[in-house]
Amino acid sequence: MGQTLTEKILARHAGVDSVQPGENVWVTTDVLMTHDVCGPGTIGVFKKHFGPDARVFDPEKIVIIPDHYIFTADLHAHRNIDILRNFVKEQGIRYYYDPDFVTSEGYPSPYKDPSKTHYKGVCHIALPEEGHTRPGEILFGTDSHTCTAGAFGEFATGIGNTDAGFVMGTGKLWLRVPETMKFILHGRLPSYLMAKDIILHIIGEIGVDGATYRAMEFDGEGVFSLSIEERMTICNMAIEAGGKNGIIPTDELTENFVRSKTDKPYTVLRSDPDAAYHSVREYDLARLEPTVAQPHSPDHRALAHDLREVKLTRAYIGSCTGGKIEDFEAAARVLDGKQVQIDTFVVPATTWVDQELDNRKVNGHSLREVFLAAGAKIGPASCAACLGGPADTFGRLNGPEVCISTTNRNFPGRMGSKAAQVFLASPLTVAASAIRGSITDPRDFIG
Amino acid sequence: MSEPKVIRGKAYILGDDIDTDQIIPAEHLVYSLDDPEESKKYGSFALSGVPLAQAGLPEGGTPFVKNGGWQSTFRIIIGGKNFGCGSSREHAPYALNKAGALAVVATSYARIFYRNSINGGYLIPATSREDLSRIYRTGDEVELDTVGGVVRNISQGLTHELVPLGDVAAIIEAGNVFEYAKRMGMIATA
Repeated sequence: MGQTLTEKILARHAGVDSVQPGENVWVTTDVLMTHDVCGPGTIGVFKKHFGPDARVFDPEKIVIIPDHYIFTADLHAHRNIDILRNFVKEQGIRYYYDPDFVTSEGYPSPYKDPSKTHYKGVCHIALPEEGHTRPGEILFGTDSHTCTAGAFGEFATGIGNTDAGFVMGTGKLWLRVPETMKFILHGRLPSYLMAKDIILHIIGEIGVDGATYRAMEFDGEGVFSLSIEERMTICNMAIEAGGKNGIIPTDELTENFVRSKTDKPYTVLRSDPDAAYHSVREYDLARLEPTVAQPHSPDHRALAHDLREVKLTRAYIGSCTGGKIEDFEAAARVLDGKQVQIDTFVVPATTWVDQELDNRKVNGHSLREVFLAAGAKIGPASCAACLGGPADTFGRLNGPEVCISTTNRNFPGRMGSKAAQVFLASPLTVAASAIRGSITDPRDFIG
Repeated sequence: MSEPKVIRGKAYILGDDIDTDQIIPAEHLVYSLDDPEESKKYGSFALSGVPLAQAGLPEGGTPFVKNGGWQSTFRIIIGGKNFGCGSSREHAPYALNKAGALAVVATSYARIFYRNSINGGYLIPATSREDLSRIYRTGDEVELDTVGGVVRNISQGLTHELVPLGDVAAIIEAGNVFEYAKRMGMIATA
């Protein structure tokens, strides 16, 4: 019997010809990624179990990307960046992206020019920008949204500090081989829909535990018609259905992207035609509608036009899910020449995205000009308020706000206050809603 | 962690889909996990993200850890489905452990929380066949016997079956994934 893409990657890294779902295997690691929130704990586990003088399994295969708590005066957050810096120096870690402007106590002055800092920002977006995502590989990251990188035809999953400490010392980890659920996307997305609508629709259908312990493989001409960034949005939220990983087979677009970022060799693997799936679901993209997840769960699905009565106090465009350059291009398409009625926060995922806000244009105006003219506030690249963070975090919900957001989670208190309510939607829907001050179907503004 | 085979203590009841932001809100993730004094903060804020109305069911209104303290009077947490969903933060089972919790009993788990609980040796994530969060009451005296495969509610005089731990029992028995790997000859004994 044939094997799925996920099974093939795991088998290859376990050094065997084939694996079966449910089987536990030890696999080798191509990349281990960590950041400022989980890096210090991971380093602590590594030192505790392998000794104070231990060396990491391969300093070229560990990527450290501070991104969570950068723009804060929190002393502990600064201390954690220093722990990363010391470890990088001690171990000779090659791929480290330092927030070099965090140099003293107090709230750091952000980078002046995003092209002149080593700092990148949100790890899941910086990884592909810097060439660390490659087909056929295994990427472990100390962050649940590590599954984003499945968009590059690799097995990518989030792990805790203990597992990461183990990988740091051995380069290996045990995994239970997941069953694969297949999601076949037919047709093409109309102009008023985005990948976010697709994945919110799917999560609403299968539930926040609908893919627990399983791989979610996306296939069909619909998924291959999507850009790389939109594919990342889909894989990013696999974890919101409980999935172990999301994965999209490699095509020419993937290879062109990866080749433009790295010259490291990789191996493209594909699911066999007779592979066994847990289940197969099919979707016609043209029939979807702008979709929203209501408080307090990503599977609490509704259609944007059925929530017109919901008054908002806040809009947020950012994060690994909705802070990529195409997310801002989409939002700017709606916001061009309009005014926002509610506080609207724009946070580019990375410093590269921040630069592109000046380079990309809508009707002759840069995206930055469009957002500022509309009355939005733009912050520096970071995870920022997606997960609340320290009290001084840009855009954080500090009271009973009603927010519509391009992020991935709306659990109680996720963006700050437990009294806040968060609605999740596409950048198009968030931008349209910011203009009205209530939840709005983007078709009201664009065709 | 090498806990006795039978765990006994007061139960704390929560609902479905308890995510890791509720278990330990992100603003607290800045504290050291290694410093004995600073890490007590994780005990102080364990389950502090749960809305008060859902804290300690069925009545609610009972914080897991009393304000100002870092230790809970509850030892066993009872949940519904998909316990520990969301972020991969290992701070979640760590915080529950720090506050004194020894086990969770739920009908299902999110996989990263499950792995972290076992590989880090913080607590036993036991799986019940029946949703005990609808039956048990916060404060009930409960006994968890993972070897015998049952959980007993002493206060209510009830016994419920657990799903066998399977392969992970060996890691729980060893204490954590490092001890397990040493036993298996995967890594050298320090």
